[in-house]
Amino acid sequence: MSTHPDISAGRLPAADIEAGFGDLHPALDRNEARVASERCLFCYDAPCIQACPTSIDIPLFIRQISTGNAEGAAKTILDANIFGGMCARVCPTETLCEEACVRMAEGKPVEIGRLQRYATDALFSTGRQLYRQGAATGARVAVVGAGPAGLSCAHKLATLGHTVDVYEARAKAGGLNEHGIAAYKTTDGFAQAEVDFVMGVGGITLHAGKRLGRDVTLAGLAAEYDAVFLGVGLQAVNALGIEENGLANIEDAVAFIERLRQTSDLASLPVGRKVIVVGGGMTAVDAAVQAKKLGAEEVTLVYRRGADAMPASKYEQEVALTNGVVIRHFARPYAVKGEGGVLASVLFMRTAIEAGKLVDTGETFELPADQLFKAIGQVFLPTDVADESAVLELEGGKIKVDAEGRTSLPKVWAGGDCTRGKDLTVVAVEDGKQAALSIDRALAARMPVAAE
Amino acid sequence: MADLSVDFVGIKAPNPFWLASAPPTDKAYNVERAFRAGWGGVVWKTLGEDPPVVNVSGPRYGAIHGPDRRVIGFNNIELITDRPLEVNLREIKEVKRKWRDRAMVVSLMVPCTEESWKAILARVEETEADGVELNFGCPHGMSERGMGSAVGQVPEYVEMVARWCKQHTRMPVIVKLTPNVGDIRKPAEAAKRGGADAVSLINTVNSIMHVDLDAMSPWPHTGGKGTHGGMCGPAVKPIALNMTAEIARSEVTRGMPISGIGGIETWKDAAEFMALGAGTVQVCTAAMVYGFKIVEEMKSGLSDWMDQKGYSRVSDFVGRAVPNVTDWQYLNLDYAVKASIDQDACIKCGRCHIACEDTSHQAITNMVDGVRKFEVIEEECVGCNLCAVVCPVENCITMVPLENEVDKRTGRMVDGSYRNWTQHPNNPMAKEPVAYDTDAALEPAE
Ligand SMILES: Cc1cc2nc3c(=O)[nH]c(=O)nc-3n(C[C@H](O)[C@H](O)[C@H](O)COP(=O)(O)OP(=O)(O)OC[C@H]3O[C@@H](n4cnc5c(N)ncnc54)[C@H](O)[C@@H]3O)c2cc1C
Ligand SMILES: Cc1cc2nc3c(=O)[nH]c(=O)nc-3n(C[C@H](O)[C@H](O)[C@H](O)COP(=O)(O)O)c2cc1C
Ligand code: SF4
Ligand code: SF4
Ligand code: SF4
Repeated sequence: MSTHPDISAGRLPAADIEAGFGDLHPALDRNEARVASERCLFCYDAPCIQACPTSIDIPLFIRQISTGNAEGAAKTILDANIFGGMCARVCPTETLCEEACVRMAEGKPVEIGRLQRYATDALFSTGRQLYRQGAATGARVAVVGAGPAGLSCAHKLATLGHTVDVYEARAKAGGLNEHGIAAYKTTDGFAQAEVDFVMGVGGITLHAGKRLGRDVTLAGLAAEYDAVFLGVGLQAVNALGIEENGLANIEDAVAFIERLRQTSDLASLPVGRKVIVVGGGMTAVDAAVQAKKLGAEEVTLVYRRGADAMPASKYEQEVALTNGVVIRHFARPYAVKGEGGVLASVLFMRTAIEAGKLVDTGETFELPADQLFKAIGQVFLPTDVADESAVLELEGGKIKVDAEGRTSLPKVWAGGDCTRGKDLTVVAVEDGKQAALSIDRALAARMPVAAE
Repeated sequence: MADLSVDFVGIKAPNPFWLASAPPTDKAYNVERAFRAGWGGVVWKTLGEDPPVVNVSGPRYGAIHGPDRRVIGFNNIELITDRPLEVNLREIKEVKRKWRDRAMVVSLMVPCTEESWKAILARVEETEADGVELNFGCPHGMSERGMGSAVGQVPEYVEMVARWCKQHTRMPVIVKLTPNVGDIRKPAEAAKRGGADAVSLINTVNSIMHVDLDAMSPWPHTGGKGTHGGMCGPAVKPIALNMTAEIARSEVTRGMPISGIGGIETWKDAAEFMALGAGTVQVCTAAMVYGFKIVEEMKSGLSDWMDQKGYSRVSDFVGRAVPNVTDWQYLNLDYAVKASIDQDACIKCGRCHIACEDTSHQAITNMVDGVRKFEVIEEECVGCNLCAVVCPVENCITMVPLENEVDKRTGRMVDGSYRNWTQHPNNPMAKEPVAYDTDAALEPAE
């Protein structure tokens, strides 16, 4: 009999933990890349490009790989998406480019994601920098948040010749690339190496540990800079809507993942023997899979609807199942039980769809638990960006923006998770890029044209 | 960033990638799309005398497909332009005016009389085109009428027409050669004697792509009857490369500007032609199969490779491989390589073994200590390269040169010595062996 609660580190031999957190998609070698690249048909007006939020010229970069020019392929990718290396690792390609690939007609799309990884890895392994700051325009832009949205915006602005100050609340840049994405999707410190490459363009200054709403204000930034971009992501996690009674070992999945991503020794990270994750998205799957890889014996992911309704893609669900996560559909937690101030079990109510609506069936069950991770969605908290003198309009609880990323305030743009959108890295990157282009147009219109 | 611009017999273009005279260059509409896509120049679809020719309305094209239905070889029975001369000339003029920086060369084919050539040259000059290309290559249809390859196969005609053209125009004259000859140097030399500024090659190769076994006729066919066509595409590239090299290294035509054509699909194909002496390249099939956008890959690939190699302009490497093309008799018979299999890369398909076992030198195992394993037996390997060619895994089998070691097959020490066939004791006609003087032996005495 184990004691309760059973939460400990090193549940598996360190080597097993290390192997478990190895690359989810091992890199293609040269020969594999050649074979994979030769399947691309170089389609006209390619559906895969249309399905990529950043519109990477996929047939072109794949053709470049097939002609032995992997670094040229990387440039094609990064010109459209400066985080092309991370996106190659974390994009749910099965619902983006690869789903659109015409070769899906044969049931097997071109392996776009892995080819993208092959090309960008080839470039990064050389240590070559492809970009430099454009001819100085004299304009200064403040970017708040050093996640993919903020850094993509900063990079594009720098290449256009603007000077950029990035304010980041955390000690490190990268946003969820550094703190949220599952460890087995971005191994070997790739996130930080990529941030270094992005910052390497020049003209971008990072102010780490500087939080908007605490150290600087929106009105202050808007007064000091020619433009401001907000890429602050999401700040809070939805509550389960049940009484947690102050029990220990109930935690947000994102906090668990952040701790995991920032530890240098996974074998020292404690995890419960019995872990429950509530939610159905990518975060839920990532928390469950990583708990399992740390050595949790029983990991149960509980989602209130059926498999088809799960926000995590079919592929992600498969990853969970093959890693030994048990997925229980149609149930929601309605209470927790504790012993001596710590979590002991979670009580679930079975649900069903009736006449298109989710309803409780009245049937219940109880699962013993050492740890409970909440992953039922994150929310945007407007407190940091709220400013007495500058009131940002919201829409659906997030910052309201138009197609170019303009907010309700004249000099302020926003993008990424803190605005409408899909909560995907690639969408954040595109938002940042489009906002930079919009800012550039606005600045050009405002500045006197240099005499030719 | 490498400078891709070229100056070919006085014709300037932002890059060496030109579209060959063919359907992609038959109309202003196509040519302007090509220029927008980034092509450096075009050779306009061959013009002839009015009334225009008439094409078949049945299938004109055939192909051989590789795995995955890749077009490996392409063939056609199309004639020269079937649009009125006036229309073509007007469009050429309009397009050239709009696209000053691109090369605009006009391909021509008229009957073999001086009057005909003189007349059409005068009309082309009015368009302000940059040059003309004489189509002595079309091997089907037109050749039956005494034009195209019917001219290109007779060096005397080539020389005669080239001379007329040089007499009657100030524009640079490029002679486009047919590969349907025994020795490509002969028509090239004739073009030079006639005063042509350059040659371009190759046009298409006589071919029947398939036989329709139900219709019992060539495929594709026009209502049950077929005729031979002209083949192009990736499959003809090796033929074209050899012909390019032959002209580039022939004593008579050495240094004559060459526009390389035949099977070019990628930057690498283009760079290979250029290394063998082509100052520009022309593309037809790849554009017809994949669209004009392929030029983006060609430009970026060539530029990236040049940067890597430290070539700042195209002329830095054009012709660089020519001195290394030689006759068989000057190859070093003392040089030796052995196949080497990378066991980590090997997927154990056994193709190398069976190829060597059945058809060559029995130099690859299929079993070692009772397990399936493919290893080179150095005592038997002649270094022929067959296994490396048939291996499905690129770079899994490499040919490793022997250096200061005994060749286990012959027992001979391989020490970097040089001895070619003209010096070999087995050659009854051999001269005295000239030991170790590699440079002197590489090329025949002049
Ligand atoms: C666990 C998890 C797994 C995920 N997995 C995937 C995946 O596999 N694939 C995928 O495409 N997407 C995934 N996502 C979503 C993806 O990470 C986000 O969509 C993306 O990171 C959003 O980028 P962003 O720049 O808008 O925000 P963030 O990445 O959240 O970056 C925002 C930055 O702003 C900073 N910040 C916040 N407030 C302030 C302030 N007031 N002042 C200064 N700085 C501030 C933050 O510290 C942070 O660095 C995942 C998300 C999570 C939580
Ligand atoms: C459909 C078709 C039509 C062609 N018509 C001409 C022509 O009118 N004049 C000409 O000089 N060559 C013509 N050619 C030959 C091409 O210009 C070129 O020399 C040949 O196709 C080899 O290049 P490729 O392998 O890139 O296709 C034609 C080729 C094709 C496929
Ligand atoms: S849809 Fe598929 S086959 Fe077509 S270009 Fe894109 S990756 Fe290639
Ligand atoms: S390619 Fe166009 S013109 Fe030719 S047969 Fe097909 S549809 Fe007709
Ligand atoms: S052909 Fe290549 S892959 Fe196949 S057994 Fe031989 S070495 Fe191995």
